[in-house]
Amino acid sequence: MVNTKVTLSGLTLDNPVIPASGTFGFGYEFADIYDINILGSISCKGTTKDPRFGNPTPRIAECSVGMINSVGLQNPGVDKVISEELPKLAKVYKKPIIANVSGFSIDDYAYTCEKMDAQEQVGILEVNVSCPNVHNGGMSFGTTPESAAAVTKAVKAVTKKPVYIKLSPNVTDIVSIAKACEEAGADGISLINTLLGMRIDLRTRKPVIANKMGGFSGPAIFPVAVRMVYQVYEAVNIPIIGMGGVATARDVIEMMLAGATAVQVGAANLVDPCACPNIIKDLPAVMEQYGIENLTDIIGGSH
Amino acid sequence: MNNSIYTIVSNEKIAKDVFKMILEGDTSSIKTSGQFINIKLDGFFLRRPISICDYDDKTITIIYKVVGQGTDVLSTMKQGEKLDVLAGLGNGYDTSKSGSSPLLIGGGVGVPPLYNLCKRLIKEGKKVSVILGFNTADEVFFENEFKALGADVYVTTADGSHGIKGFVTNAFDKVDYTYFFTCGPMPMFKAIDAAAKTSGQFSFEERMGCGFGACMGCTHKTKEGNKRVCKEGPVFVKEEIIW
Repeated sequence: MVNTKVTLSGLTLDNPVIPASGTFGFGYEFADIYDINILGSISCKGTTKDPRFGNPTPRIAECSVGMINSVGLQNPGVDKVISEELPKLAKVYKKPIIANVSGFSIDDYAYTCEKMDAQEQVGILEVNVSCPNVHNGGMSFGTTPESAAAVTKAVKAVTKKPVYIKLSPNVTDIVSIAKACEEAGADGISLINTLLGMRIDLRTRKPVIANKMGGFSGPAIFPVAVRMVYQVYEAVNIPIIGMGGVATARDVIEMMLAGATAVQVGAANLVDPCACPNIIKDLPAVMEQYGIENLTDIIGGSH
Repeated sequence: MNNSIYTIVSNEKIAKDVFKMILEGDTSSIKTSGQFINIKLDGFFLRRPISICDYDDKTITIIYKVVGQGTDVLSTMKQGEKLDVLAGLGNGYDTSKSGSSPLLIGGGVGVPPLYNLCKRLIKEGKKVSVILGFNTADEVFFENEFKALGADVYVTTADGSHGIKGFVTNAFDKVDYTYFFTCGPMPMFKAIDAAAKTSGQFSFEERMGCGFGACMGCTHKTKEGNKRVCKEGPVFVKEEIIW
């Protein structure tokens, strides 16, 4: 009997498989398809202080073995998330969840995180620092060690639960940013967010996506994600949630060998609503195939 | 919604670039006319959402136009081949508002979902009129199929090569109707919205990520708030649409 349990900052998960934010809504849509309680946890739809419609459509473009999205953080705002979405999820999911939070100023992040931190359902806060800072010419918080650290500090000051910073891969040195977050008090790192990408329609000669560019995800970016998880694992002593193109149980093991303690599955959910349960079902056999008894034993095993 | 494997019963060309495919498999999750299915194709990451033209307890009929590489591959598939399909997606047409003589208006590949709707309305005892709009005569399909159901059918072509010359709205003066149901391109929708004397329902198309409400890729702003074309839609009521 293999052991698939892993522990993130004191929170023990039955398995390391977590649907990634933005690909799973607030979970309950999937509860019609399978018992979502088999999931290790759920990273909920990115939540902001105020309601957001997001970007104009088309928001989606297909790529070879992947896709681009430019949804633009559509969500009903933190108050409605707490009063409407989380109670709906609580009816069908009994484990602690990961609250994914975005903001456009340091105060935004602190405000939303403080509210989400107070929710009993929330086990971990995952802070998406890929958003543009409206007070700094729209530059993403996640692109410099200083601004990523500033968000981390502000959130840590108003919360009690573990804070994971979700990093953008669209940077020259992800390691320095991860280290800055760790020094600022982050309890863990999630990586990677989507890669900035673009497609152009040959017929119209215009970008496919209304917002021109968007986040590239799917199995095509898996090697980039593995590389960055590997690099960050070498540099920090806090747990890593690895993500980016994960679609199979073998991918989960590879991501963990690179240094991830848990793994998120994103774009795969959109193509195959049963991607996560299939990975969870396959995991024990793949572990046995590679002689893995305890999944925790292989974290960072490639270093 | 259900996800299962379907077998291709037939796949034939019925007009210029337009194919009709019959799939055999689980149809239990299809509840009404105007819903859609989402088809996985080898070599393509995202599924292809296609409206349901007709269905019974073991088959689904779809009609699709070859508009890109995915539908091109679909058009080459043969009888007996298998497809991974998510079926029974979206909210279809609500026939309870139709009144005694509903009008169905289809433009191009917007025609297919109206077929099962026409069948349903006629079964409900309604006097159904249908306007089918195409660009040219070689694009026309399902004129006789709608007639065979017992509907009054008018065909328009933009170049006048078949039926009434012009757009679907050029046939409006020929019909008396209590309500309308439509599916087709956006310019046609705007013309219908301006010309229609009654309320009605529009079935929208949008680029989708998942097709079942998870990714928020297809959200439209409506007067009733944000709605996902794949989940709350694809059918929206005239009064809630923001043009």
